[in-house]
Formats: sequence, structure tokens, C-alpha cells
Amino acid sequence: MANIVQFENVGLRYDTGAEVLSDISFTLGTGAFYFLTGSSGAGKTSLLKLLYLAQRPSRGMIRLFGEDAVTLPRKRLPGFRRRIGVVFQDFRLVPHLSAFDNIALPLRVAGVPEAEIAEPVGEMLAWVGLQERTHARPPTLSGGEQQRVAIARAVIGRPEILVADEPTGNVDPDMAERLLHLFESLNRLGTTVVVATHDFQLISRIPRAHMMRLDKGRLLDPTGSLRHPAGPGL
Amino acid sequence: MSTAAARRPLDDRRGLGTMAWIMAVMLFLTVLTGAIGLATAGGTRALDRQLAGRLTVQIVEPVAATRSLAALRLLQALRQSHDVARAAAVDRARLAALLEPWLGGEAADADLPMPALIDVDLAPDGEAERVAALVRSIAPAARVDAHAQWMAPVRRFLLLVTWLAAGLVGLMALATAAVVLLAARAGLETHRPTIEVLHMLGSTDVQVARLFQRRIALDTLGGGAVGTLAALATVLVLGQRLAGLDSGLLDRVTLAPGDWAVLVLLPLAFAALAFFAARVAVLRALSRTL
Repeated sequence: MANIVQFENVGLRYDTGAEVLSDISFTLGTGAFYFLTGSSGAGKTSLLKLLYLAQRPSRGMIRLFGEDAVTLPRKRLPGFRRRIGVVFQDFRLVPHLSAFDNIALPLRVAGVPEAEIAEPVGEMLAWVGLQERTHARPPTLSGGEQQRVAIARAVIGRPEILVADEPTGNVDPDMAERLLHLFESLNRLGTTVVVATHDFQLISRIPRAHMMRLDKGRLLDPTGSLRHPAGPGL
Repeated sequence: MSTAAARRPLDDRRGLGTMAWIMAVMLFLTVLTGAIGLATAGGTRALDRQLAGRLTVQIVEPVAATRSLAALRLLQALRQSHDVARAAAVDRARLAALLEPWLGGEAADADLPMPALIDVDLAPDGEAERVAALVRSIAPAARVDAHAQWMAPVRRFLLLVTWLAAGLVGLMALATAAVVLLAARAGLETHRPTIEVLHMLGSTDVQVARLFQRRIALDTLGGGAVGTLAALATVLVLGQRLAGLDSGLLDRVTLAPGDWAVLVLLPLAFAALAFFAARVAVLRALSRTL
């Protein structure tokens, strides 16, 4: 399995503070499913930010899609970001846009003609079960519905990597399972999925997934080979 | 399907109005100042056309017969000169009319000693110096006054007002650009969460800048149109008042059709300026982010 992401001795500090991530080294295989776990404040969100290019590391090397992402010129970042889907912990939907237009945003950013947008967005709304809420704006949607819009927006551009930060943190267990199925089906289509969570019940639902655990800014299992006890890894 | 307005990533309704009203005031002042500058420039040109190549020969001679003879000889000589296109004596009745505001009825007194005056229009290639030499050779005591010379202070004043107006229009343009820079920065701050999302979805800086450019240019155009209309109405009223003064000098300070066109184009020019200022401000600010 080829590597789509490679971190080597990566460190991250904000301004002049202490390092929030230290000596992070790992690789992500193309088309694999990863859970990133760790207690609150362990550095999961910071690590994901490095993955979806919202931060540059303070030190170390990151290779993304076979290219050096640390020295990547700023003008090339949009092209890389279009290959990564992100589900933010706080959804980050645009509040004045409808569910339809929020989901359509990546396509419009990518310059897809307006005539070619309705169909894939409609399919995506159906995929996440929100056909009835097409014109609803985020403030009128429930937490679970917002989460599904955020997921649909993250995957509509058929990203090569999907990064999700605590995607089930705001939804009930049934919805969490449904969302996980969405990730799994996307993963089966070839997308590399990285889900940050500290919900071990959730992790146990996908035994084939790799698990990486962060503690105080350090990766405890850099090989990503740790598995949940229920899975085949141990 | 949503409308184009409804699917814009930045909420256009937020803060709508403030920028447009600022632009209305800026364009009102700019168009008014521009109108003054263009009118005084037009006045200067009209004055130049009227005064260029015009001379007055004045023969001051206490003995009326000698004065009349000198005037006649000078008139004949001037009419034969290649430097002169037209030479005409100013008749005594017209001189009396000119003096009437100061002397009253006595201006018409036949015994009142008055200089003989000859109005001279120079030929296109005529030289005032040669005409003056000709006049001195025939009547050494005669004086030659170039009209342009005694109207020079007025001309200088009109030019000063023109340049002042041009400078003020330039300052207004700079102030507008500064307002746009501040508005763009404030807009970036207001819309920061949405812009971050757009960046994470792969938006380029130019795509984000376009959202601001469009909004700011529309505000400038809308507000600018209101300010321009108000200024043009004010200029029309002032023009009517000026015409009512019936002043020979101020009558020339008017706007030509081309000047009106320039004034109408000012809001478009300012919208273009705002468009580019917004682009520069947003791109510069975004270049400091990741």
C-alpha cells in the first residue's frame, strides 16, 4: 500500500509557547482507515490541522501526495486542499447559506459550472438523508443534521483524504453509527479516512481500522498498527 | 435552486449601507469640487480666447484736434499693418457709457477731455511688440495695453482655483482608497470564519478577493450615484444663480457638455478605484495568512 501521508520528527508550537506536538512520525497508507485517539488536549486537533494544511509545523518533514508539504509555496496550497475533505469539530457551516449551498461550496470553489452542481449535491443530500432539508439554513438544523451537511460538504469533491475531528461528538449514538457508516462507505471507494475521536465504542465498530494514539503531544504508536482489542490487529 | 445572491459565501446584507453612504458623501464632494474645477478651467479658456491678440491703443492728448488727428493717422497705419487683423476706434458715446457709473450725467459732457481709444485685433501671426513700435513711431505719447496683461490676475486666480479643485479631487480619490482599505480590512475581520472555511475548501486568495471587490464596487457605485446626482443638482442650481448675476466675467465660468460627461463618469472611476483598492487590501491581508 503506497503512503499518501508521511510525517517525520514533526513538532508544532504556537508562537513562543511549548511544543504541543513533539517528534511525530507516522505514515498513512492510501485507502486505509485511521482513528486518532487521545484525551482532550493531547494534540489531536493540532495534528489534524497539520494534515489538512491549516498549520505549518515548527520543525520536521511532512510529505503529502508525494510532495514536501512544509515548503510548499502558498499559492499551491489551494490545489492541495481541494484534495482533502475536512469535517470540523464545530462543523463550520456558512450560516446564511442553505444546506444545498453549503454542500455545493467546494464545487463552486473548484469552478464547477452551475449546471453541473445540482445533481451531485442532490445525490449527496440523499446520501446523508437530508433531501427534505435542502433549503434549510444551518441555524435551523439540529446538531446531527449540521454534522451530516458538514460531512457531505467534505466529501462532495471526492477527496483523496478525509479528515474528521470528533465527528460524532455532538450526536446521539444512533446518529454516530450512521455517520461512521458514511465514512466507511467513502473509505471503500478509496478515500483515506482519518477520524479523531476518543469514543472507543465507535472505534470498535470498524475492526479493520488502524489506530494512532496521542498523549501529551506525542504519538504512542507511530506505526499505526495498534488495533482495538476486538479487531484483528492484536 | 437558490439565486446567485443567496449562494454567495459572504453575507452581503451584513453592514450594508454604511459604505454606500460614505461613498455618497465622498462622490458628492468630489463631483462638486470637480464641477468647480472644470468650470473655472472653462472660464480660463474662454478668457484666453477672448483676450488673446487683443490690444487697446490709448492716445492721451489734451487738445482735441491734435488727438483726433493722431487717432486718425494711427488708425490708417494700423489697418495697413500685416500684424493687425482689425482696428476700430472706440466712439465717444461708448466711452461715455463706460464712464457713466463713475461720473453720472457728466460723462456725456462734450467738453469732458477723454482719451481716444482704438481696439486692435492682432492677425494670427501678428506681433504685439511690432504694433507697439508702429504706434510709438506715429504717436510717441500713445499707450498700448494688451488685454491679456490687465486680465492676468483674474486668469491666475481662475487657474489657481482649477488646480486647487484638481488637487482636492485627487485627495478625495486617495481618501476613498483609504476608506476602501479600512472597509476591506474590517470586512475580512467580520467574515474571518467564513474565509477560513473557504480557504480550507481550496479557495484561492483571488477568489476571496473577488467577493470583496464585487461588494465594495457595488457600494461605491450605488452610493456614488446618489452623491453624484445630488452634486449635479447642486451644480445646476448654482449655474442658474450664476447666470442670473449677469456678470460679464462669471458668465464664462460654465460647464461644457464634455465637462458634464466627465462629472457623470466620476462615480464609475471611483468604483474602479475602489475595486482595485479592495483587491490590493484583501490580497495583501490574505498573503499574511496560511
